[in-house]
Amino acid sequence: MQLTGAQALIRSLEQEGVDTIFGLPGGAILPVYDPLLDSSIRHILVRHEQGAGHMAEGYALATGRPGVAMVTSGPGATNIVTPIGNAHMDSTPLVVITGQVATAAIGTDAFQECDITGITMGITKHNFLVQSAQEIPRAVAAAFHLATTGRPGPVLIDVPKDVTQSMMDWWYPASVEEYDLPGYRPEIALDEDAVRRAVALIAESERPVLYVGGGTLKSRAAAELLAFAERTGMPVVTTLMARGAFPDSHEQHLGMPGMHGMYTAVTAIQKSDLLISLGARFDDRVTGKIPAFAAGAKVIHVDIDKAEFNKVRHADVAIQSNVGAVLSAWDAAQATPRNLDVWWKTINDWRDRYPLIYDEPAAEGPLRPQHVIEAIAAKAAPGTIVAAGVGQHQMWASQHWKFEEPGTWINSGGAGTMGFGVPAAIGAKVGRPDRTVWCIDGDGCFQMTAQELTTARSEGIPIKVAILNNAYLGMVRQWQEMFYEERYSEVYLSADLPDYVKWAEAMGCVGLRARTLQEMHDVIDEANTINDVPVVIDFRTDAEEKVFPMVASGASNDDILVHPLQRGEGR
Amino acid sequence: MTPPEPYLGEISRTPVRHHILSVLVENKAGVLARIAGLFARRGFNIYSLAVAPAESHARFSRVTIVVDAESAPLEQIVGQLDKLVNVVAISDLAPSDAIERELLLATLPLDYKHRPAMIDTIERAGASIVDVGPTSVTVMLAGTPAACDELERALEVFTEVELHRTGRVALPRLG
Repeated sequence: MQLTGAQALIRSLEQEGVDTIFGLPGGAILPVYDPLLDSSIRHILVRHEQGAGHMAEGYALATGRPGVAMVTSGPGATNIVTPIGNAHMDSTPLVVITGQVATAAIGTDAFQECDITGITMGITKHNFLVQSAQEIPRAVAAAFHLATTGRPGPVLIDVPKDVTQSMMDWWYPASVEEYDLPGYRPEIALDEDAVRRAVALIAESERPVLYVGGGTLKSRAAAELLAFAERTGMPVVTTLMARGAFPDSHEQHLGMPGMHGMYTAVTAIQKSDLLISLGARFDDRVTGKIPAFAAGAKVIHVDIDKAEFNKVRHADVAIQSNVGAVLSAWDAAQATPRNLDVWWKTINDWRDRYPLIYDEPAAEGPLRPQHVIEAIAAKAAPGTIVAAGVGQHQMWASQHWKFEEPGTWINSGGAGTMGFGVPAAIGAKVGRPDRTVWCIDGDGCFQMTAQELTTARSEGIPIKVAILNNAYLGMVRQWQEMFYEERYSEVYLSADLPDYVKWAEAMGCVGLRARTLQEMHDVIDEANTINDVPVVIDFRTDAEEKVFPMVASGASNDDILVHPLQRGEGR
Repeated sequence: MTPPEPYLGEISRTPVRHHILSVLVENKAGVLARIAGLFARRGFNIYSLAVAPAESHARFSRVTIVVDAESAPLEQIVGQLDKLVNVVAISDLAPSDAIERELLLATLPLDYKHRPAMIDTIERAGASIVDVGPTSVTVMLAGTPAACDELERALEVFTEVELHRTGRVALPRLG
């Protein structure tokens, strides 16, 4: 059967089970948009290519399936570089298709030409410049294979316009052998000896901590984690990328570690004698000052990517594997630590003394951002998905929302991409239309990508957006207050400009505003009754509110700063 | 008050530890850029690099990279390199376990005053004359990196020498 390259591309995506593409057409990708009209694949027309990329990420994080975005060459391609970089940092499976100028024009500085494979070399797992229509099926199949196996990540396929316009004989690779990836071997045999050495370390430990990272979610190991944790009785911490991998309501869960982690989670790691890292990468936001991080602990490091071993912290036992296989092997070997009663007594003492607190909100406002998040959570349907931008609101959302299952927390971890929240929430809602999706956003973040609410309204994607509007780039303001002697430099944004309610209404959404406690409860109730269009709520919050606990950048985790009300009583 | 000493940069007192990576890669466009880009963005130093088609296959190339194992742990360099999809196999050779060879070409201006010294230097090094012009001569040395170093140093006393080295290639020592 003869097809055009464009038809082959769409058909290949269908072969891979793609149900949604987030994209925006342009000259070089034009041929592909024609057969799209005849396809069952849903296309979401975004207003900016960055939106397409973050939507694809939100879709992937909510569903576990790869997100797909398609844009044109040149500026279309460069506009999606930020989401690609973001997905690379967070190991999110993404397949991004970019149009390219015709092969004969490549290298001539043609209109809307850019070397997108060169630009994204360092921020993709791999990328392809497809040279002929006949090669399209192989490139697509290989891209999905690469994006979703091993350590997942973004893969880019750059397709010149003449390639999509020329004819090919339809075929599709039947197996991995036909993908032509001789250097890619994601299947790793479990190192039984390393498993045994880990079991021996566990058997000696009196103060173990399960340090759970995003890799646990990526390897779908939440059930194995729950079984292992409950059998051994070990305390669990979940990093920003792993929120939802272990139920927040579980007694053994100490919460999030790191710069804005729970006092108990941070301190338990510091005092542990065995740190069991499950798909985590010892990020600087978790470790603080590296030599002072869990200085007395031995380390078992489980990761699918062997380049993570000994990158930041020496591993006493390193096991290259997906997380679930190792946990099952440890369960089979009945890996058991020593009696943990003393350890739990110590931990529970920290929990009692340093719970997560914030100042009482005043009835007349301003609102406390933490209180707003808790109020939304209290009235949210079970299984609600939460997306966030980056900054104070993100940390508060991670701290105060109770995550109970995988795929319910959508955020930008490694890259820290402001503006991630709204498009990621849209993508999550497309992937999980059965779920309520809240975006907890900041006023700074919202202004970066809010135009995608027009997309959401026109495509019928009813997300709910809570802007914690403190009129500032709040996290930067917090650092300037604490570390730059309150010299505020270029952080003020104004609470009233833009008018978020009018802006929401202009985009066809419902716009609401709350200044007092009563208004806060009323608008949340109202938002919960609206299920056909997006809702945006402008919550006026206290600009001076800071995120605590906090470990200052470069400081030891031992010097964690708790809420001012908890200070001065010794540790 | 004495003026401050001029800053000459960090001077490393320890000798640089070289390691040889023999990397089999797919012979595809952009593979060398992927390797070079990886080394640049991770801050790994390349001491020398040689690339050629591997064996008789047109499908693969062999890249011999001499890395500075001081700039990053070798385990990191190998681990990151191995993640490049186009990298098929990496063998890492400690200098003591490898047979290393390199090619040096140098063009020397011939003047009568220095001619005897030059000929002497060339002969001592075991280099051969591969091209002769009216006022200059090109010599070649294929040998160990140390032999090439030695010839390069010996030629430093002469002016207007144009010298090129290929970077080394290596195979494991047999037995």
